[in-house]
Amino acid sequence: MSTDASALTLVLSGDPTLYAIVRLSLLVSLSAVAVAALIGIPLGALIALTRFRGREAAIVTLNALMGLPPVVAGLVVFLLLSRSGPLGAFGLLFTPQAMVIAQVLLVTPIIAALSRQTIEDLWVDYRDELAALNVGPLRRVATLVWDGRFSLVTILLAGFGRAAAEVGAIIIVGGNIEGFTRTMTTAIALETSKGDLPLAIGLGMVLIGIIVIVNALAWTIRRAGERIAG
Amino acid sequence: MRAPKDELPIRFDAFGVRAGAVTILDGIDLTISAGAPTVIVGPNGSGKTTLLRAAMGLPAPAQYDGAPAYQIAGRITHGGAADVPPVHRAILLQRPAMLRRSAAGNIRYALRAARKPRDRHNTRIAELLALVGLDGFAERPARRLSGGEQQRLALARALARDPAVLFLDEPTASLDPAATKAIEDVIAAVTARGIKIVMSTHDLGEARRLAGDIVLLHRGRVVEHADAATFFHSPATAEARAFLAGELLI
Repeated sequence: MSTDASALTLVLSGDPTLYAIVRLSLLVSLSAVAVAALIGIPLGALIALTRFRGREAAIVTLNALMGLPPVVAGLVVFLLLSRSGPLGAFGLLFTPQAMVIAQVLLVTPIIAALSRQTIEDLWVDYRDELAALNVGPLRRVATLVWDGRFSLVTILLAGFGRAAAEVGAIIIVGGNIEGFTRTMTTAIALETSKGDLPLAIGLGMVLIGIIVIVNALAWTIRRAGERIAG
Repeated sequence: MRAPKDELPIRFDAFGVRAGAVTILDGIDLTISAGAPTVIVGPNGSGKTTLLRAAMGLPAPAQYDGAPAYQIAGRITHGGAADVPPVHRAILLQRPAMLRRSAAGNIRYALRAARKPRDRHNTRIAELLALVGLDGFAERPARRLSGGEQQRLALARALARDPAVLFLDEPTASLDPAATKAIEDVIAAVTARGIKIVMSTHDLGEARRLAGDIVLLHRGRVVEHADAATFFHSPATAEARAFLAGELLI
């Protein structure tokens, strides 16, 4: 890799090392968001729509977990996946899968907590009408998820932003192995301390570009939602 | 359309609702029969909303998550049967929620929920929007409509169920005269089709214009129930005379 190339040249020339790193980052974070959505949205809906002992505690816990420090998530997954840990037999430590698991742990509380809020707000607004329309439980849930879809997609994008930007969890469980578990954030951390500033800056520009695109997308979806659903 | 006899008469039998120490409805004995609209009048907090919601089969307001548990006494029967599911009843709530869909989408939702034949949905949507004077609003987001338009859309949505009984909770409160007229015209039209209207109002003029019989509620009790002519010309109770004279019933 040429160390004297400028960061911009790396980005614009489609440097293979740089783009392999970008690809892996996107793959890991998108997979994590997909899994977290499959867990988080139903979990959020369940907490929003049911009443059980300890519900308030569950809500507080979820809200607190939104601020879970990535390094702590990394440590937990590290302990679970390490050779002597309960899931050590799967040999997942220092693989992209381990990074996905760590990010799922980070993103699921965000998606669950925000979905819970969205679905519960809608429910408070809708419940009398849905009862008056004699709508059964399954259709109620489907209605709330469908009518909240614009907010829910925005929530997924917020989850993706969190996953794509974090370094603490994936550097612990992924190990930042070149060509295998090196992502944008871990590479930036490493290259900066090594002094390869062009690659670090180039990755930083791509990362910021992705975050800007994600936020623009969230904004567009919100506006479309207002236009379509009012 | 299902014959009203499935739902009527609606009988309240020593019916009461209490929230903790607060009595909302107390010892209600009331029979609502087929015919011209039954109009429920009374001051704020007299129990009008709770009475309508109970007759519809909805929980009392704020019963969900409410701190004090609600206690129900007595019973309500529809056409002589208890616990009749709200299939042939519909309600226009005091503050109707607009689904986050188009005006047509709101009615389509009600048609689907009531399992109306799908091939008739588009025709029914057009008919119902025309009935409430919202032709041309089909694709507008419901939540962007004005207050009066939302009220009419909610009325069309309630009628999509082809109810035998339609409950209206202060359907014209906070509407201007033109919007009020639009709603009252629809009420007259659906009454002519044999749909039983049970509605509450603050507006004695509206009660005069629409009512077949009047129920005066005060402090959770039925003070007087009489046909409209009797109620307005020779009220039997002091409360009714005071209410009609525009005095404050407290």
